Amino acid sequence: MALTDKQMERYSRHVILKQVGGKGQQKILKSKVLVIGTGGLGAPATMYLAAAGVGNIGLVDFDTVDLSNLQRQIIHQTADVGKAKVKSGEETINAMNPDIKVTTYNEKVTAANICDIIKDKDYDFVIDGTDNFPAKFLINDACVITKKPFSHAGIIRFEGQTMTYVPGKGPCYRCVFKEPPPPDAVPTCRQAGVLGVMGGVIGTLQATEALKYILGIGELLTGYLLTYNALTMTFRKVKLPKNKKCAVCGENPIVLNPVDYEANACDMR
Amino acid sequence: MNIKEDEFIDITDLVCPITFVKTKITLEDMEDGQILKVRLNDGEPAQNVPRSLKEEGHKVLDLSKNDDGTYTLFVEKGESV
Repeated sequence: MALTDKQMERYSRHVILKQVGGKGQQKILKSKVLVIGTGGLGAPATMYLAAAGVGNIGLVDFDTVDLSNLQRQIIHQTADVGKAKVKSGEETINAMNPDIKVTTYNEKVTAANICDIIKDKDYDFVIDGTDNFPAKFLINDACVITKKPFSHAGIIRFEGQTMTYVPGKGPCYRCVFKEPPPPDAVPTCRQAGVLGVMGGVIGTLQATEALKYILGIGELLTGYLLTYNALTMTFRKVKLPKNKKCAVCGENPIVLNPVDYEANACDMR
Repeated sequence: MNIKEDEFIDITDLVCPITFVKTKITLEDMEDGQILKVRLNDGEPAQNVPRSLKEEGHKVLDLSKNDDGTYTLFVEKGESV
């Protein structure tokens, strides 16, 4: 399948790159990325993936668009308030790029459904754009168990962080953070606030990692945590060791199936 | 100059950077050492397309002006580009 004239023009700035070319663009067009959470991180990540031509994008979110989301979740418009986030996201993608097939999952990821969602289209890469610890551990465990690479990220106030997991290469999220903090020990961004642009910076880094993985170019954030402080305008890349005793990816794993952890009371409205 | 081409494209109806993009994509689907003949316009295309092809590792064999003011470029596909 060759690029059409329209695609040659749309993706010309990619094709010109020596590391991409027409063949790389075709890899992008054939790729499948699952974005969990269509919010602060998922919105910009999804939009850049759609613009880049990622041919199949899965969107997972149980929530509807709230007026307070629009300060940062740029995939949603004012007229979308009240609409399912996955529906609103799908409409934006369709308007951006007709090359993209969107699959929507209007549900919360749980231990019961997450592996089925990841396997549904046999996604190549998963983006964790969720806003709470139970979901982050759930996504990590499910990706380790189903052997899927994924990008972790989190944002709060003026800070963000991201790391990339690739099966068999470096640590997983649980190697670094053994288990979720107790419910209500850590504020969510609903309670703590977040500068709207944080999702743009970190979510775009997640999309970058997905594209690099698809193209097989450069060095991923495997074995590193990248942290960003917007107030001091500082990025730090911290080396992370793999934990041989990790409960999910270690030598003798005890987490053999994804686990649902108790959610922060504020997350359960 | 008498060179036998394996493929031919006319990019006189395209503008920068699609001129180079179309040439690059055509070369990607050819075998190493095969020769592509390109008809291109004077000015920016005649200046930039051969230079960009060289940067990518292809071998520009000849660039000559035609009677109608267009140019003809012969380029040999570089190894595993």
